[in-house]
Amino acid sequence: MTVESTAARTTRRSAGTTGGTAGKRTTAKSTAAKKPAAAKKSPSGEPELVQLLTPEGKRVKSAAYDKYVTGITPEDLRGLYRDMVLTRRFDAEATSLQRQGELGLWASLLGQEAAQIGSGRATREDDYVFPTYREHGVAWCRGVDPTNLLGMFRGVNNGGWDPNSNNFHLYTIVIGSQTLHATGYAMGVAKDGADSAVIAYFGDGASSQGDVAESFTFSAVYNAPVVFFCQNNQWAISEPTERQTRVPLYQRAQGYGFPGVRVDGNDVLACLAVTRWALERARGGEGPTLVEAYTYRMGAHTTSDDPSKYRADEEREAWEAKDPILRLRRYLEASNHADEGFFAELEAESEALGKRVREAVRAMPDPDHFAIFENVYADGHALVDEERAQFAAYQASFADGEGA
Amino acid sequence: MAVEKMALAKAINESLRRALETDPKVLVMGEDVGKLGGVFRVTDGLQKDFGESRVIDTPLAESGIVGTAIGLALRGYRPVVEIQFDGFVFPAYDQIVTQLAKMHARSLGKVKLPVVVRIPYGGGIGAVEHHSESPEALFAHVSGLKVVSPSNAGDAYWMMQQAIQSDDPVIFFEPKRRYWDKAEVNTEAIPGPLHKARVVREGTDLTLVAYGPMVKLCQEVADAAAEEGRSLEILDLRSVSPLDFDSIQASVEKTRRLVVVHEAPVFFGSGAEIAARITERCFYHLEAPVLRVGGYHAPYPPARLEEEYLPGLDRVLDAVDRSLAY
Ligand SMILES: Cc1ncc(C[n+]2csc(CCOP(=O)(O)OP(=O)(O)O)c2C)c(N)n1
Repeated sequence: MTVESTAARTTRRSAGTTGGTAGKRTTAKSTAAKKPAAAKKSPSGEPELVQLLTPEGKRVKSAAYDKYVTGITPEDLRGLYRDMVLTRRFDAEATSLQRQGELGLWASLLGQEAAQIGSGRATREDDYVFPTYREHGVAWCRGVDPTNLLGMFRGVNNGGWDPNSNNFHLYTIVIGSQTLHATGYAMGVAKDGADSAVIAYFGDGASSQGDVAESFTFSAVYNAPVVFFCQNNQWAISEPTERQTRVPLYQRAQGYGFPGVRVDGNDVLACLAVTRWALERARGGEGPTLVEAYTYRMGAHTTSDDPSKYRADEEREAWEAKDPILRLRRYLEASNHADEGFFAELEAESEALGKRVREAVRAMPDPDHFAIFENVYADGHALVDEERAQFAAYQASFADGEGA
Repeated sequence: MAVEKMALAKAINESLRRALETDPKVLVMGEDVGKLGGVFRVTDGLQKDFGESRVIDTPLAESGIVGTAIGLALRGYRPVVEIQFDGFVFPAYDQIVTQLAKMHARSLGKVKLPVVVRIPYGGGIGAVEHHSESPEALFAHVSGLKVVSPSNAGDAYWMMQQAIQSDDPVIFFEPKRRYWDKAEVNTEAIPGPLHKARVVREGTDLTLVAYGPMVKLCQEVADAAAEEGRSLEILDLRSVSPLDFDSIQASVEKTRRLVVVHEAPVFFGSGAEIAARITERCFYHLEAPVLRVGGYHAPYPPARLEEEYLPGLDRVLDAVDRSLAY
């Protein structure tokens, strides 16, 4: 897959605050052609999307979205940078822990830090987040201790955190399911007359699932305060986005009757602004929004995956030039918003986080054998009690055997 | 050479290759089955050799995969679809249960749906949740479906041929933890019927019945029991629906004792059906109640507990002891 074809996958522009709902475009016919429509490129050859920071770290103006980041201070910017750096460090640590056999599997977010930190920092404490399985950066923003995310990847639990303590739901492995949960939750928020919002994360591959289509239908019909945040990282394991869709994903929203916007997913500021806008719409009773964060999965799908089977190295290299962390660093440096001392301190903090994660994982105890029978039912169940007792007797029989 | 040693995954690959070669109506469909060759590489190289119109990378949508396979079958094709892991078949469960299974009957036999649904299943590979389940009973309970599971490469090769040739929908459960186990595959053999159980090992004291991933375990059990002077007979069912009760009956009439082993939860599992029928058929031959060894009535546990959850050597030997103690 060349750089050209990556850019070529992206076609239409997002149109300001109403994104893909404008309906003026004459795309319907061209996309109905027999072959996937040859994607139109913008004059620059790059996908057109909401962007506030260029890959070179230059601040660009956006009439529609600047107002969502006007109050942002240099300290806030350094905070976003810190979030991204620490999240990347955590992720790198988890990847190496997997290689050392400490984790059974890891789904890396490398390259998606801006999409996650930008959107995650846009949420309010009383908002509710429904992640898939790669939202380590969003979890960070929600105050979930990153070591809590590792239990399921180590194989000691199937989730392991209380979703209600940070309004951050459990990871969902079955693709797309959580978008319906988010929609239902949002329907509940609206019924309660609360003014919080809900955000659901999913991938470009997930957009093909029936559950996702149904969540669009329900959220539109009930005007649910939910933001669908699709991280289009270009791949669903080995399948490129064009294996899932013939129109840019954000345009899907139009058919359901709510706005869709494509944002530069490697631009943390733009992700923050667009998500704030979408969450405010939700809070204001204006219903759902689809945000497509156009980004890139720099690593393998998971540590079990071998991307060399299906994609060229040049593609990753082209995206490395758009690295979200590098981009903000350039901006911070050029605008004198951060000095050497800040970066050095952060490096030290990052080292400390790495160490903490390593130690926490190694210290994580294996679960008690009886955990198999715990929490199967809230009210209990006679069969589970019986099987637990049989299991106990069986375990005890070994102890006797050893003693004898 | 017609006889070759190969891994179970490779045997299925070779079998699919043969089917694609011999019948232009055969299609292979699923997520990542093309360039990647599937997450377990079962379809490795097939798209390269047969092209994108025969080996089809589908959108990430299981209901879509099975639903369109039904349509293709209505049009005369013979789709072999891959569901990436056991736990992900459920988005397609509606299509399988309400459509794939029933259309032949609803059309008064006019419509045939020769669709094979391949599902890598079972645990023992240290995966995260939804990657280790054994949902075969959920499918066997549904009339109109055939449910099979090979335990070794040779059977996998031939059972896949037979499943593709069957005019009925076949749910083909592949024991993922045995994918890398090698065995002899005779590509020129004349295979027995798809639903016939196979006596893996003759014995006189007790019959062990298993299928898929548990057959190998039962062989280890029989070896261990032999050291204690016990002679166990092992039956590899190969098919869960239909079930070869005649073969089980014949064996039980000889050994008078039966232990059924599967990974799926015991409660309402395939072992329950076997126990009930064999009790009916062999009431006066049995020296002990039919015993079952399998999973608990609990969600498949995280990887670090799966050895406790899955039937292992000791648990099966324990059941053997209990049966022999009657
Ligand atoms: C229902 C279901 N089908 C298949 C899978 C296996 N699977 C896990 S991740 C994945 C690709 C997901 O791609 P995408 O939605 O784009 O998200 P990404 O992982 O790229 O963030 C697949 C096919 C699954 N987890 N659930």
